[in-house]
Amino acid sequence: MKPFTVVLTGNPNCGKTTLFNALTGLRARVGNYAGVTVERKEGALTGADPRHPVVILDLPGTYSLSPQSPDEQIARDVLFQRVPEVPAPDLVVVVVDASNLQRNLYLATQVIELGHPTLLALNMVDVARDRGYEIDTEALSKALGVPVIAMVASQGQGPEALRQSIRSRASTPGTRHVIPREFNELPEAFGREAQALETALESHFPHRARLAAAEALLILGDERSLASDAPSAGSRYPEALIDLVKAARSRLEAAGVDWRSVAIEARYARLFAIEQHVTREIAPPEEPLSDRIDRIVTHRVWGLLIFVAVMAVMFQSIFWLAKYPMDGIEAAVDALAGWVGSTLPPGDLNDLITRGAIAGVGSVVVFLPQICLLFFFIGLLEDTGYMSRAAFLMDRLMSRVGLHGKSFIPMLSSFACAIPGIMATRTIETRVDRLATILVAPLMSCSARLPVYTVLIAACIPQRNGWPGLTLLMMYLLGIVGALGMAWIFKKTLLRGEPPMLILELPPYKRPMPGAVLRQMWDRSRLFLRRAGTVILGINILLWFLATYPRPAEVERRFGQQRALWKQTASNPPTPEQAEALQRLEHEEAGERLRQSFAGRMGRAIEPVLKPLGFDWKIGIGIVTSFAAREVFVSTLSIVYNAGTGDEGDSSASLARVMQSERREDGRPMYTPLTGLTLMVFYVFAMQCVSTVAVVRRETNSWKWPVFQTVYMTSLAWLLAFVTHQVGTRLGF
Amino acid sequence: MRPLSTLKPGERAVVVRIDIPPDQRGRLMEMGLLPGTPLELVRFAPLGDPVEIKLRNYHLSLRRLEAEKIQVG
Repeated sequence: MKPFTVVLTGNPNCGKTTLFNALTGLRARVGNYAGVTVERKEGALTGADPRHPVVILDLPGTYSLSPQSPDEQIARDVLFQRVPEVPAPDLVVVVVDASNLQRNLYLATQVIELGHPTLLALNMVDVARDRGYEIDTEALSKALGVPVIAMVASQGQGPEALRQSIRSRASTPGTRHVIPREFNELPEAFGREAQALETALESHFPHRARLAAAEALLILGDERSLASDAPSAGSRYPEALIDLVKAARSRLEAAGVDWRSVAIEARYARLFAIEQHVTREIAPPEEPLSDRIDRIVTHRVWGLLIFVAVMAVMFQSIFWLAKYPMDGIEAAVDALAGWVGSTLPPGDLNDLITRGAIAGVGSVVVFLPQICLLFFFIGLLEDTGYMSRAAFLMDRLMSRVGLHGKSFIPMLSSFACAIPGIMATRTIETRVDRLATILVAPLMSCSARLPVYTVLIAACIPQRNGWPGLTLLMMYLLGIVGALGMAWIFKKTLLRGEPPMLILELPPYKRPMPGAVLRQMWDRSRLFLRRAGTVILGINILLWFLATYPRPAEVERRFGQQRALWKQTASNPPTPEQAEALQRLEHEEAGERLRQSFAGRMGRAIEPVLKPLGFDWKIGIGIVTSFAAREVFVSTLSIVYNAGTGDEGDSSASLARVMQSERREDGRPMYTPLTGLTLMVFYVFAMQCVSTVAVVRRETNSWKWPVFQTVYMTSLAWLLAFVTHQVGTRLGF
Repeated sequence: MRPLSTLKPGERAVVVRIDIPPDQRGRLMEMGLLPGTPLELVRFAPLGDPVEIKLRNYHLSLRRLEAEKIQVG
């Protein structure tokens, strides 16, 4: 049986999600709409009659039915019955913020006009009361022609009544009859054109003829409605209709009617009258608490200090708090790999499972704590209302490079890891701004670069006068400057388009709902695990293959013989010296195998490209294998240089020692300060992260952008490394 | 008549005209900022831009660039 479908819609910040959680009991399913990265949230109504199941779909928040972002577009298209995967709604619940009545009723009346059976959830009546007025729900219901349920969803007042109402509607089907309503008193000329268009729409789209009147009004007045790319071909407007609309618009222009604004003004005029009619002042309005908080939080001095403190706490937590679970996950993955490795018979399959599959999955899962923490903080900032203040405070800085205040948090998050940073760009409405932010986010030095910087600084930079710390700081600064500079270039060239207008609502502060924040954190994180996991796993297996094969018989034979020799001479149990000799032998074998593998050959093959940077083929192998993840560079180098494996702690120090003794063919040391600097500059700019590529692929829904991003970053890395090396050499370093 | 951006924090005025090109001001008008709408300039952001205004009982933030094109009186 087809479940009764309830669609929940409303302005952003109207408490829609709180109501959704109350109705579905935090057991929603979160997915994506086909082909776009718009979150699709739906859940079963708890307490519904099992014979009449009810599904509730929570649409993205929207200010009107003339969409400005992919989220808003989905919200409109579902209501217009244009999304094939969503059935026609049996009931639409519009959530309205009672303390912001006019603007919320703008969308509500647009939705009511669509003619679906509609119900109004008048939320936050407590906030309205605090502001000194009360709303007569009966009068409002009469004015709008739909039932109105007053509620304070955050305190659980009202959702129960709504649940009852939905239940009774679900069990008594056939009550679809709706009296058509309109909330516009339009100039006659406009009304006439809308009428004509309505007739045309009815004949073009008979299956949604019910919507025709409202749709006619919208496409006549909304510039973008004709150009907008409808999600399904069936709902795109035919040429004949487009011509009709254009003709109507030019007739209106000739008659002196501004077709873009006339419907908006008429609706607000009506809404003003409705508000006057249904609200009653009960107390002199006081300055709301939220406004008093904002005096401090957006204050010239305090506001900036608070902002820096909030960001510092968030950033530090992501960096340090995540360290413990990350270490735990790493240990668990290692333990699992060790157990599997010792349980399965040795061989390639064993190696594939332990080093390819388990290590590959491990390399994804290890990001989970950072991602969870970031989404937790973002959820908290969004839920309290601070997120819009952060954008308000930072917009000036970001606008210098052509970005939005909303790009700030994703860029900052990318210091921890570009993956959550890129996922956090979902809050940016404009497509070009979101793309520009995604393209530059990986330039911020993420935590995976830290091991690379650390080893190179230890091996190459003089360990005195604060040079190590200064070098590290320089690398971070270089990443920031690079990211901002590239954003500026992209916005000037590739992603030009009209400069986006900032229209940012600053909603009242709210107490966050911990359950909802945690739930949202988990939903978003899980999506990352499932989606990115498959791609990253695949690429890791491919890289394992490249680093393992081919295995020349000659190498196998040589080391087989040496091993046999060791077995013959070693006592049982082996002495410490003998054990060490075996370890050395195994390490040499690993090194030789890597050199002979496809990855090793690729390292040699790209040597001509690396020569101008002062790198040799050994570094080339490191660059090839670390395309999976930057930190792999360190472990690869330790294999290439046969540095002792040992524990993590002293291995990087011993690797640094080995690197310092490495010589070029002419006898000069390989790892001079200049080589170190050049390599670090390369790693600041190079993409070198399969997980990021996979996530960009998911978020942009095409291979075009991740490929472009990888190419531009790698080219930039090479170019700047080249400049560093050449200038350094000329200066005599 | 003067631009919205010249109001002082706390000062109230009524929108007279919006000089933003018609094809770009749609959303602004849908948010309720229309000729005849009373509003209050609440504050400028600490770095001088954007500007926060209060209209129809809620707070909205716009860049100076747009605020300069909104004539109030």
